[in-house]
Amino acid sequence: MVRALINCPKTAKKGEVIEIKTLISHVMETGYRADSVGKVVPRDILRRFTCRYAGEQVFSADLYPAIAANPFISFTTVATASGTLSFTWDGDNGFTQTETVAIIVT
Amino acid sequence: MNRLDVTRRSALIGGMGAAVSLLVLRPVAYASPTELAGAIAAFTGNQPAQRGRVTLDLSPLVENGNSVSVTVRADSPMTPEHHVRAIALFTEQNPQPNVITVQLGPRAGRAFVNTRMRLATSQKVIAVAGFSDGTFWSDQVEVIVTLAACIE
Amino acid sequence: MPRDLIRIVLPLVLASGLALAADQRRSGFEFMSSSTQQMQQEDALNPGMLWVAEGEALWNEAPAGAQSCAGCHGDAPAGMRGVAARYPAFDEHRKKPVDLQQRINSCRETRQQQPAFAAESRALLGLSSYIGLQSRGLPVAPPDDPRLQPARLRGAALFNAPMGQLNFSCAQCHTDNPGRRLAGSPIPQAHPTGYPIYRLEWQAMGSLQRRLRNCMTGVRAEPYPYGADEMVELELYLNTRAASMPVETPGVRP
Repeated sequence: MVRALINCPKTAKKGEVIEIKTLISHVMETGYRADSVGKVVPRDILRRFTCRYAGEQVFSADLYPAIAANPFISFTTVATASGTLSFTWDGDNGFTQTETVAIIVT
Repeated sequence: MNRLDVTRRSALIGGMGAAVSLLVLRPVAYASPTELAGAIAAFTGNQPAQRGRVTLDLSPLVENGNSVSVTVRADSPMTPEHHVRAIALFTEQNPQPNVITVQLGPRAGRAFVNTRMRLATSQKVIAVAGFSDGTFWSDQVEVIVTLAACIE
Repeated sequence: MPRDLIRIVLPLVLASGLALAADQRRSGFEFMSSSTQQMQQEDALNPGMLWVAEGEALWNEAPAGAQSCAGCHGDAPAGMRGVAARYPAFDEHRKKPVDLQQRINSCRETRQQQPAFAAESRALLGLSSYIGLQSRGLPVAPPDDPRLQPARLRGAALFNAPMGQLNFSCAQCHTDNPGRRLAGSPIPQAHPTGYPIYRLEWQAMGSLQRRLRNCMTGVRAEPYPYGADEMVELELYLNTRAASMPVETPGVRP
């Protein structure tokens, strides 16, 4: 488990488009860098990001080494009903992490 | 390399406007323009991507290539009938052409994504959006990347 | 040399509250692109907040057989308000100035009976970012402690001494040429108001000491090791020079 920060409104009106900002701690080692003795540092990146709203996927992304370290992804979704938003990051070396936030939609 | 030749040939045969306009005749550090064309073709399924309907927001002058804020917006009502299905970002001279490929739909509300990317050197960045009507639209920005002083 | 004397005395005089001219001091923030500024200003965009989150977790975590930081100091926003702004400070036990990181490690060893955190470790940067955040917006306030004066003067001398193969002093770039460009990047005035910072070049959080080591590498000087007295003396002098400027921790810099 690494540090992840989700910025999402806690409440919204039904039908409102809300903006979600996510940050996660990850080095995003490209696999193109060499260490001080010239040995290539192996690739270690996050490859997939998925946002589910009450279980249904509403946004997803395939990430490549060109995504900056400590990946920041901001996107929008329509506030449909109160429920749980879950955010999953999957990556190299078996990395997987899910964070959840609750939203109240009136 | 055979792979490059095949891609170039299929790109020319497919008549991809975007790929042809992106073929540049100068030496590149890592990826070749053909790899870029191939990556875009893979995203669009060999469909042409026309300029327009998509806005790529990226500063033309970047003070550190390690982390560059980039926003892509597309003009779409995002209804079940008319929406953007996917947005992809590409670079011309990074070791690999892909940056991010985003899958959206009507539940996104807006065709929008903002992230931070890496730029290995001064180069072109291209955004392509795939719409629900099967068409692809693109935008591009030419970016100059400067280096930090006094580093490790 | 009279010029060096002015460089040393003037900031000290300014720090003592006698403003001789309109404040020409500008934070490194003002020398950055607007997009990097936005990254610092909005917490949702600031990668430094990941380290702050780390620090907050550690603040509340009690190691085996000891109190957590919160156990003695209480809630950080209340208990640590203004604290980072007053460092480096004179340490009674060591009889010399210490920076915030050394103070955290002091507590760690003597009060929590735990091994000190390593320099530039996630834990130490996390705690110093979290504590630093509790001074955000408050003026840099180096203590008016006469016991700090010898160290302050040594720090001033270090700042003004040419060093390295390129034979530059800090002052030559940062006092004489701020705003001009070094290899395409603007030279800031060297006010350490945002430390620890998320430096885009490092793709990670780092302390002022890490940045000073980069400066020294820049002039091809042998960098002082982490925790060296010279580092703390320099920080003390730099904070005197930056006195009353607002703390920006966690800062973002290119």
